[in-house]
Amino acid sequence: MDKQPLFGLSLQKIKYVVASLALPSFTATQITDWLYKKHVSSIDEMTNLSKKARELLNEKFIVGLTAPSNVQTSTDGTKKYLYPTATEKFVEAAYIPDEDRATLCVSSQIGCKMGCLFCMTGKQGFQGNLTAGEIVNQIQSLPEFENLTNIVYMGMGEPLDNLQPVLDSLEILTASWGYGWSPKRITVSTIGVIPAMQTFLKQSNAHLAVSMHTPFDDERKRIMPIQSVYGISEVVSELRKWDFSHQRRVSFEYIMFKGVNDTPRHAREIVRLLEGIRCRINLIRFHPIPDTALEGTPYNDMVEFQNMLKARGMTVTIRASRGEDIYAACGMLSTKELVKRQQEPDF
Amino acid sequence: MAEKRKIYKKSIHSIKEIAQNVFVLSFARNFEFRAGQVVAVDVVTDGEPRLYSIASGELDEYIEILFDEKPDGKLTPKLSALLPGDTIYVSEPFGNFICNDESAWWIASGTGVAPFVSMVRSGQEIGKILIHGGRYDENFYFSDLLENKLSGNYIRCATQQADSAYYKGRLTGWLREQSFLPTELKYYLCGSPEMVVEVRDILISRHIPFGQIISETYF
Repeated sequence: MDKQPLFGLSLQKIKYVVASLALPSFTATQITDWLYKKHVSSIDEMTNLSKKARELLNEKFIVGLTAPSNVQTSTDGTKKYLYPTATEKFVEAAYIPDEDRATLCVSSQIGCKMGCLFCMTGKQGFQGNLTAGEIVNQIQSLPEFENLTNIVYMGMGEPLDNLQPVLDSLEILTASWGYGWSPKRITVSTIGVIPAMQTFLKQSNAHLAVSMHTPFDDERKRIMPIQSVYGISEVVSELRKWDFSHQRRVSFEYIMFKGVNDTPRHAREIVRLLEGIRCRINLIRFHPIPDTALEGTPYNDMVEFQNMLKARGMTVTIRASRGEDIYAACGMLSTKELVKRQQEPDF
Repeated sequence: MAEKRKIYKKSIHSIKEIAQNVFVLSFARNFEFRAGQVVAVDVVTDGEPRLYSIASGELDEYIEILFDEKPDGKLTPKLSALLPGDTIYVSEPFGNFICNDESAWWIASGTGVAPFVSMVRSGQEIGKILIHGGRYDENFYFSDLLENKLSGNYIRCATQQADSAYYKGRLTGWLREQSFLPTELKYYLCGSPEMVVEVRDILISRHIPFGQIISETYF
C-alpha cells in the first residue's frame, strides 16, 4: 500500500493518525510543528519524536512534499512553476515579486469545469481536484517561500468547486498550529458558486475576489457558462448580506475585452450593481490565448474606463500585467505540458 | 442545504434505471419552472446538494431528473439506492439556460440532454436540431420522444458502439464534417466541460460569434 502524506493534514486529522498508532497525544502538535513551522521534508528529521514514533510513522506515512518540475522566468521577475500531482498531471503556481511584496498565485484544481471563454485552463477540461496538501505544497515547496507576503487562489481551477480541500488548506495556512498567517494576506477567487461561497464566508476570514467580467446577466452568459446557473446579480445580492467593512475585503475581477465589456454602459451598470457594497474593482488586461475570439482592451481605454468608475466613487485599480513573455495566465504552461489529452469517450 | 432558496421535502414517485448506471427519478411537481432550469437535490437537509437539470415539460404532473451514478460520487450512489416513497429535498427551480421558440442548435453529451428533453416536452422543438453524443446507443436517453418530435433533426453520435445505427464517432467529429454550420443561429451546449470547450472552439473556428453560443457545464 502506498504511504500516505502527512503534509496537508490538519491538527485534528494528525491527532487521528497519532491515536491510530497509539502514540502520545502531544505527538500531534509536535508533528504539525515540524510540518508547518520547521518545514522538514522527512519523518526522520522530526527529531523530538521518539525513535519508535518515527518508525511507526515511517511504516505508513511520508511527509509528502513535491518540488516543482519546471519553471519559466519572465524578464520582469515573475516565475511560473509547474508542480506534478499525485495523479501524474500538472498544476501551475505563479510567483509574482513586486517592490515590497511577493505574491503566489496557487491552483486548486487540475483543469477546470467552468469552461469560461477566455480561460486557458478551461481548455484542458477537468482532470481532478487537488488535495489540501497539494495546494499548500505549492507554497511550501516554492524556492522563494521565505519571500512570500501574499497568497491568491487564482490559479488553475475554481477554488469553490473544490471547497473542503480549499478550506482545509486555509486552515493550515492561518491556524496557530499551522503557518499562522493572517487571513488578510490571502485572497480566494470565485466565479460565484453561491452555496460554496456562503460556506466559505462563514468558515474563513480570507478575502474574497469575485470574477465579474461583465455586469450584465445576458452578456455574462456568453462568456461564462456558470451564469446559466448562478447569475452575477444573484451573486452580488448574496454578497450584500455580508459585512465587508472591517477586516475582510471583497473585490471584483474584471478582465477587459475590447468591444465586449469596456463601454460607458458597462461602467454605469457596474456602479449600479455594486452600489452600497464596500469593494474594490480590479481591471485586468487580457492575456490572449490561442484561437481566442476575444481581444484585450487597449491600455488607454482601460484607464478611461477606470476613470469613469472612479468618477462615480468606485475604488478601482488596473492590475499590472506580469509575466506576459512566459504566458503567466493560468493554464498556459500546464496545457503545453499535456502531451495528449485523453479522448473523452462520452462525446 | 446551504442555499437560501426555498426547499421542498418531496416523496419519490418513481426511480428507473434506463441505461447502465443512469437513472430517471421523478417526484410530484408543485412549482412552476422554465425548461432549461435546474434544481438542487439532496437526501438530507444539511448536506451538499447537487444540481440537476429538469427533464420534464413545464406543465407535466411530475418533475423528472436524469442522473448518472458515479461510484465515487457523494450523492448519486445514495440517490440510485432510493425507492418510491423515500424522501429527497429539492430546491425551487433556478437558472437561465433558457431557449424559447427561436431556431437553434442544441448540442449535448451524456445526461446533458436533460434540459433539451424538457424543452421538447414544453413544445419548443420547432426549428431545433439536437446533436447528442453518448458512448452506446442505450445512452441516447429519451430517444423515442426525441425521434418522434425531432425526426431528421435528431443526430446521435455513438463513440463506443461499433455496430451503432447512428453516427459512429464523437459529436465533435460530426460537427467538423459538416460543410455548413449556420452563423446566424444560436447554439446551446450542455454537458461535460470538455465537450463544451471543444465544441465552442469548433463553432468559433467556423465563424459563429461567441455571443451566439450559450453553454451549461456539469460541475
